[in-house]
Amino acid sequence: MKAVHVIQGRAVPLERSDVDTDQIIPSDWLKRVERTGFGRGLFSQWRDEKSFVLNQPEFVGASLLIAGPRFGTGSSREHAVWALMDYGFEAIIASSYGDIFKNNSSKQGLVIVELPQEAVSELMELVKAEPSLEITVDVADMTVEIAEKNWRQPFTLDPITRERLLNGWDDIGISLLRETDIAAFEETHQAGSLRGVFDGEGRVVHSNE
Amino acid sequence: MAAQTLFEKIWDRHIVTEGVGEPTLIYIDLHLVHEVTSPQAFDGLRINNRRVRRPDRTLATADHNVPTDPPGTPIADPISKKQLEALSSNCDEFGITLFPMGHENQGIVHVIGPELGVSQPGMTIVCGDSHTSTHGALGALAFGIGTSEVEHVLATQTLPQQKPKTMSVTVSGPVPLGVTAKDIALSIINRLGTGGGAGYVVEYRGRAISDLSMEGRMTLCNMSIEAGARAGIVAVDEKTIDYLRGRAGVPSGEAFEATAAAWRTLVSDDGASFDAIVEIDGTQLSPAITWGTNPSQVVAIDGVIPDPEEFTDSAERNAAERALEYMGLTAGTLVTAIPVDVVFIGSCTNSRIEDLRAAAAVIQGRTVASNVRALVVPGSHRVKTQAESEGLDQLFTAAGFEWREPGCSMCLGMNPDQLTPGQRSASTSNRNFEGRQGRGGRTHLVSPAVAAATAIAGHFAAPEVGA
Ligand code: SF4
Repeated sequence: MKAVHVIQGRAVPLERSDVDTDQIIPSDWLKRVERTGFGRGLFSQWRDEKSFVLNQPEFVGASLLIAGPRFGTGSSREHAVWALMDYGFEAIIASSYGDIFKNNSSKQGLVIVELPQEAVSELMELVKAEPSLEITVDVADMTVEIAEKNWRQPFTLDPITRERLLNGWDDIGISLLRETDIAAFEETHQAGSLRGVFDGEGRVVHSNE
Repeated sequence: MAAQTLFEKIWDRHIVTEGVGEPTLIYIDLHLVHEVTSPQAFDGLRINNRRVRRPDRTLATADHNVPTDPPGTPIADPISKKQLEALSSNCDEFGITLFPMGHENQGIVHVIGPELGVSQPGMTIVCGDSHTSTHGALGALAFGIGTSEVEHVLATQTLPQQKPKTMSVTVSGPVPLGVTAKDIALSIINRLGTGGGAGYVVEYRGRAISDLSMEGRMTLCNMSIEAGARAGIVAVDEKTIDYLRGRAGVPSGEAFEATAAAWRTLVSDDGASFDAIVEIDGTQLSPAITWGTNPSQVVAIDGVIPDPEEFTDSAERNAAERALEYMGLTAGTLVTAIPVDVVFIGSCTNSRIEDLRAAAAVIQGRTVASNVRALVVPGSHRVKTQAESEGLDQLFTAAGFEWREPGCSMCLGMNPDQLTPGQRSASTSNRNFEGRQGRGGRTHLVSPAVAAATAIAGHFAAPEVGA
């Protein structure tokens, strides 16, 4: 994952709550075995409507997405994060998120900004009135700012996610450094291994039926 | 030692490392894999030259993409086919047991785990699928993960995790006759909202829960994620142990009884404290149905479509307005006056043998209404075989239902079983999101009994109580 420090750009106001990951990337896109190219599938059902916000020329090339509460609920598909990032979004701003979506985002470096709903609504109104506003999200300072409006809001990231974003750390690499601990744990923790339960063809060997 | 919740007991036993300023590294006992969320994870392993640490703790099945046509029918969709082939070759390469299409153990990942007895009390279980919460019914800590985490578990058999908070949801009982696990689940989600469980592991407690069969508890835990919860869990009792005795993945004879004795301690201690407490009067519940486009938008089957003006919260009011428009519904309409086009009995929520029996019991010699296409998709090959040995397939087909091969099917519309735009379904699945069952499709979530009664009536209907 790439390190992320500051994101600067315009924002798209998506005035909908409970935007689930099925909307972010519909299931017909999940058949792909690649990790790239999902941007075209982003909100694909909604993008068929001409009036959908992503179809408005003033929002082309934006790097932030402002959305209603509970963004990214539902399915665990990480494809939702890949689609948002492939499309060009680097940060999402909303008052709450689906847990798994939030987790997936942190693994990919998509910055999840959680603000009180009043602040999100304010920001939404500002951007709707002036789509060209430049917004700055600072990961180190944990602030969202519109300099020309003198508008500034702090947000919080858990310290681990913040460090990981700032350093671009790969989680797996970090955990593999714990090899000795994992091996020691496995010494005493045996329950759950499937060894001997199935044969090479996946048939049950050890059956009491 | 201080009184602990069931979740805390399991969590503590799986800590590999913990420290200040770093996430806790927890050990994963069982990793379930399917074709949709794994190909990119296996690619990641290959790119970084990593192996699967514990193939013996990893189990794969094909479920999301598989067509449910008669055995031997080729897969028409080349992209689905490619994904299923990728799963096979990945499992081959990394030495993982796989149940491919047509295999006697194949089925929806959350149906086969418990059915084979590989999902067990006290375990940590993950899968790249949000409904992994299902396995919590067995007293396991089970939760869904994304593809990056799938890769992480494949490589390390661990996951760095922030410790979730705990919530107890107590449902008193007995529930009225005709109220099923699905109705309890929908009522809880209605109460908590789609985000109410976010950050929590929910333990379901109370008379209504202990009265449920194991399969009913699976239905309930399955839908925890629809209230935003990481996981749902039910304490071990004798039903849990009886359910597991004799299954493939558990030891036999005396060894089983010894294991069972240890499992009996997997309950929350008296006096254990939860971060949040919710109490629901189960005696007041009724068969439920969703009317909107998220699973918290629920009314009683004998109720009316609500008026968005009733919602005080503006975001909810907007969501309700949008939902009614998408669903093609008018506030104030009697639910039972709404005709349906499709009835789907299936999905990891409601495709187990008891679900099929409950639906079959409603039919009683009647037939599917002429305006309705009705499908039954068993959750696994074993469920299908069991149902056929009880003659349920005959009963369904005689009534005009299609009897299909196991898989996720119309739950998410990745295979050819889909709604066409504007079609309305009564579905026993778990998500009524826009387009979930096919672009433009309108989904109403219900229990298997309500689905069957609806198929016969041609409009939403509650089964006669006692049927
Ligand atoms: S049945 Fe539906 S919810 Fe369950 S695993 Fe399959 S697609 Fe997901």
